[in-house]
Amino acid sequence: MQKVYNRIESIAGNVITVSATGVKYDDLALVTARHGESLAQVIRLNGEKVSLQVFTGARGISTGDEVRFLGHSMQISFTENLLGRIFDGSGRPRDNGPTLEENLVEIGGPSVNPAMRIIPRNMIRTGIPMIDVFNTLVESQKLPIFSVSGEPYNQLLARIAMQAEVDLIILGGIGLKYDDYLFFKETLEEGGALSRTIFFVHTASDPIVEALLVPDISLAVAEKFALQGKRVLVLLTDMTNFADAMKEIAITMEQVPSNRGYPGDLYSQLASRYEKAVDFEGTGSITILGVTTMPGDDVTHPIPDNTGYITEGQYYLRNGRIEPFGSLSRLKQMVNKDTRKDHRSIMDAMITLYAAFKESMEKKSMGFRMTEWDDKLLKYGSLFETKMMDLSVNIPLEQALDLGWEILAECFEPQETGLRSDLTQEFWPKVKAEV
Amino acid sequence: MAKTTGKVIGVNGNMVSVEVEGDVSLNEVGYILVNDQKLKSEIIRIRGSRVEMQVFEMTRGIGIGDPVEFTDQLLAVELGPGLLSQVYDGLQNPLPELAQQCGFFLQRGIYLNALDRKKTWDFAPTAKVGDVLSAGDSLGTVPEGIFTHRIMVPFDVQGSVTVEKIVSPGVYTVDSEVAVVKDSKGKSAALTMMFEWPVKRAITAYAERLKPVDQMVTKVRIIDTFLPVALGGTYCIPGPFGAGKTVLQQVTSRNAEVDIVIIAACGERAGEVVETLKEFPELLDPKTGRTLMERTVIICNTSSMPVAAREASVYTAVTIAEYYRQMGLNVLLLADSTSRWAQAMREMSGRLEEIPGEEAFPAYLESVIASFYERAGLVRLKDGNNGSVTIGGTVSPAGGNFEEPVTQATLKVVGAFHGLSRDRADARKYPSIHPLDSWSKYQGCIDTKQTDYARNILFRGNEINQMMKVVGEEGTSLEDYVVYQKSEFLDRVYLQQDSFDPVDASVDVERQTYIFGIIFDILGAQLNLSSQKEARDFFSNLRQNFLDFNGAEWQSPKFKELEKVIRDMIQEKKDGFDSVAQSLLASAR
Repeated sequence: MQKVYNRIESIAGNVITVSATGVKYDDLALVTARHGESLAQVIRLNGEKVSLQVFTGARGISTGDEVRFLGHSMQISFTENLLGRIFDGSGRPRDNGPTLEENLVEIGGPSVNPAMRIIPRNMIRTGIPMIDVFNTLVESQKLPIFSVSGEPYNQLLARIAMQAEVDLIILGGIGLKYDDYLFFKETLEEGGALSRTIFFVHTASDPIVEALLVPDISLAVAEKFALQGKRVLVLLTDMTNFADAMKEIAITMEQVPSNRGYPGDLYSQLASRYEKAVDFEGTGSITILGVTTMPGDDVTHPIPDNTGYITEGQYYLRNGRIEPFGSLSRLKQMVNKDTRKDHRSIMDAMITLYAAFKESMEKKSMGFRMTEWDDKLLKYGSLFETKMMDLSVNIPLEQALDLGWEILAECFEPQETGLRSDLTQEFWPKVKAEV
Repeated sequence: MAKTTGKVIGVNGNMVSVEVEGDVSLNEVGYILVNDQKLKSEIIRIRGSRVEMQVFEMTRGIGIGDPVEFTDQLLAVELGPGLLSQVYDGLQNPLPELAQQCGFFLQRGIYLNALDRKKTWDFAPTAKVGDVLSAGDSLGTVPEGIFTHRIMVPFDVQGSVTVEKIVSPGVYTVDSEVAVVKDSKGKSAALTMMFEWPVKRAITAYAERLKPVDQMVTKVRIIDTFLPVALGGTYCIPGPFGAGKTVLQQVTSRNAEVDIVIIAACGERAGEVVETLKEFPELLDPKTGRTLMERTVIICNTSSMPVAAREASVYTAVTIAEYYRQMGLNVLLLADSTSRWAQAMREMSGRLEEIPGEEAFPAYLESVIASFYERAGLVRLKDGNNGSVTIGGTVSPAGGNFEEPVTQATLKVVGAFHGLSRDRADARKYPSIHPLDSWSKYQGCIDTKQTDYARNILFRGNEINQMMKVVGEEGTSLEDYVVYQKSEFLDRVYLQQDSFDPVDASVDVERQTYIFGIIFDILGAQLNLSSQKEARDFFSNLRQNFLDFNGAEWQSPKFKELEKVIRDMIQEKKDGFDSVAQSLLASAR
C-alpha cells in the first residue's frame, strides 16, 4: 500500500501535514524533495490529517513534494556486519561502507518484564581506579557522568570504550561536535577497539530530529546483541542534547511545557531509554553509561534532576577528575564483596581520610596552625590525587588496591587509618614501597 | 443490549480519539483492535460522540478507522482469595505468568486473569440459608496463608439480600458458585468467591470511620519516637534523589507491624522492585515465622512501562488494600513514588490540551491527591471488628525543592511529613529524615513532652553549631558546648540507625521506650564537665559505648554489661537534672 501523496498541507518547524488514509501511528514515510530524500515519522493522526516529523528537517521541502508511506515504523538492520561501522542518527552509513538492509528490526520496542530481571552480580572492569575501586560499574547498571562543558568527559568515555571488559561497545553520539566525533573515531582506531564498536553518531550540524533517534537505535541494536549472549556497553554522549532536542520539538508542536520549557514527559522519555539496561538471565546484558552535561553546573536543572531519579547513581566529573564525594554507584555493594576482601574496607578508609584531608586544607587556607596529623593528611591528599584520582592512571583493580595500601603506608601508621587490624596485618606493605 | 462500538479518528501519543455509536461512560474500559491485538484503554473525556481514551499500551500501529469495542465496565480489579504474594502490573496482570507466556519482554495486548482459576480453596460457609445480608457481610471463609480470608457479599450489592442457597464446606475454585442470594425485588444472583470492583471508587461497606489513634510501629526509631504514624493514618516522604526514599520504604515494608503490606512501585526503577521480588520470598517475618512474601502484594508499574497504566497502578493498589481491610486486617500501602503518578496525570492533561496549572500540572491535581490519601483510614466494620489502611507515599520533588505542587498538595492532606534531607544523606546520616523540618500529628509510644524536650535540644544544638562555625569552639561557652554535644549524641545514637546491622535495623517499641529513657537521662542531666575537651571526650566515649549497645541483642549479657557501663558513666558526671527535665520526669511518674 505504498500510496504516494503529493500535496503537503502545512509545514511548521520540522513537522509537515498531509491528508492521507490507511496510515498507522508511528509509521515511516519517505519525503522526496528537490534536495534529496528524507525519512519522516508519523507523530499525530487527526482524521485524515497526518502530521509527520521530517528527520532531515522541513527546510527546502515544498508543498508540492512527494510523500510515500512505507507501512512500517523505524527499523534498523541487525547483523554482525554492523561491527566496526559508523552510522548517522537514521541508520545511514557515515563511513564509506555499504548501506545495510538485511534483517531489519524495529526500534523502541517494549519494556522488559520486571519479573524477568535478576539482581546484578558482575562488575565491569575499566582500569580506572576511581571507578573500579571506589564506585564500581556493574553489569546492567545505568549510570550518567554528570559534568559541565569543557570537562574531558568524551576522553573518559573513549578510555572506557577501549578498556572496559565487555564484548561490544555501542557509541551513541548526540549533538556531538564534529571534532569530538573524529576524536572518538581516531582514538578507537588507534587503540584497536573499532572492530568491537558500533557508532551511531548525530553531530551538532545534523538535523535535530535525528538526535532523538540515536538512543533508540543504539539500544535496539544493543538489545538484539544482548539476547545473543553478548555483554554490551552503550555509551551515550551527550544526553543533555537529547533532552534539548525533545524540548525543541515539543515546543514547535505547541505542547504545554512543564519545567523550564521541557515537555512534561521528560522523565518518562529518559526512563524508557535508561531502563533498557538489563541483565538477561542465561544470556547477555546491556550496561548504559551516559554523559549529562549540567547547564550552569546546576544539579537541580530538570535534565540532571530527572536523570538522577532514574539512574543507579552518578559519576561527577570535575576538574578533570572523578569526584569521590557525590559520585555513587548504587550497585557497587552487589559486587565489591566478591573482589578481594580488603576492597570495601580500603575504599571506606581512603575516602574517610580524604574527607579529613579536605578539612585540613580548609583549616590551612584559613590560616590555622597545622598539627602533625594535618601534615600527614596533606601528604596523603596530594598522593591520593596524583596517584589515584588522575584520569590518566590505568591499572587493574588488584594493583589499584595494592597502590592504596602503599599510599596509606607512605603517610600513616596502621592504627591511624581506622582499618581493622586483621586487614592491616595481612595487607600493610612490609617494606615501605617508593610510591 | 448490543455493546457500544466506535472507530478511531485520531492518535496523539498515548491518547486516542474515537467516534462512538451508542452510550459510553467516563472511565469506561474499551479495547482498540489493532491487527490481531486488543489494546486496553480507558475513556477520559466525552464530547458528543467523540471520546478521548488513554491507552494502557504503546500506541504504535494504530490507524484511523480501527474498530473499538466498549465493555460497559469501569476500570476494575478482581478481588478474591489468592491476591497475596502476587506480583501484578498496574492493570493487575500477574507478571510472572506473563513472563512464562511472553518471555523477557512485556507484549502488548495480553491480559491474564489476576486470580488463578485453577487453584482450589477450602471454603467454610458461615452464612445459612435464610440469612439476611448486605454488602461486605461474610458468606464464609477460606484460609489464605496465615490469614482467614473472608468471602464477602460483593460491595456493589444494593440493600439487603436473602441467602437462598449456600454450598457445603469443601474445595472450590474462585469462579465456582458458592451461594445464591435474592434481593428485595426477588431477583436471584449467583455469587462466587471473587468479584470485581472499580478501582477509582472507594470501598465503603463498613459501619463507620474512626479516628486513627493506635500507632503503626515501623521499628525505625526516628519515626516511632519523634514522627509517629497511626494505623489508618497517612504520611509522606519527600526527598531529592539519592536521599534514601526507596531504602526507607523497603525497610518499612519489611519491619512494619501490620498484617499486610501492599507495595505500589509506581514509575520508579525496575531494579528496586527486583530486590524486593527476590528477597521477600527468602526473608522470614519474625512475628509469623512465614516468609514476608506471604503478607505482601506488589503492584509494579516501573518507569519504562506505559504511562497510563502507571496512573491506574496506585488505584489498583489502594483497592486491594481496602479489600483486605474489610476482613478486619491492618494494611499498609507504600506508594513509591506519587510524583510519577502525578506526572502521568500531567502528561494526559497536556494531551487533552487542558489549561495547565502550576508547573503544567492539571488544576485538579490537589483534589485527586487528596481523594487518594483519603482512602486511608481506620474503620469499624459491620461485624464490629476494626480494619485499617495506612498510606505512606514518597514524593520525588523536582530539584529536591519541597515548594513544588505535588509536595505541597500532599502536605495538605497527610498526617505526618517525613522530609528527607540531602545534607544528611551526603553526610551518610541514615535514615536521612530531617528531625526538625518534619512533623507528625499522631501520638507515638513516648510522651510528647519528653520528645519535645529532646527536639528542643536538637534545635538549640543546631543553632550553637551554626554559631560555632563563626566564632570557633574557643568562643563558645561551656554550657552551650555541652548542649551541642548532647544534640550530636542524640542524633548519632538515636536518630541514625544502621539498616544493615541485624539488631539495629529494627528496634521494637519496648526497646525504644527503654533506650529513650536512658537517652533522656543524659539529655536532661546537669553534667559536671570542667572543659570543652573533657566534654568532647566524655561524649565521644559515651557515643562509642552506646553504638555498641545499639548493636547488642535485647537483654543479652552484652546488652546488660554495656548498659551498666553507660549508666555508670552518666552517674559519675551527673549532678541532678535541669529543672524542666526534672518536672517532666516527675509528671511522668
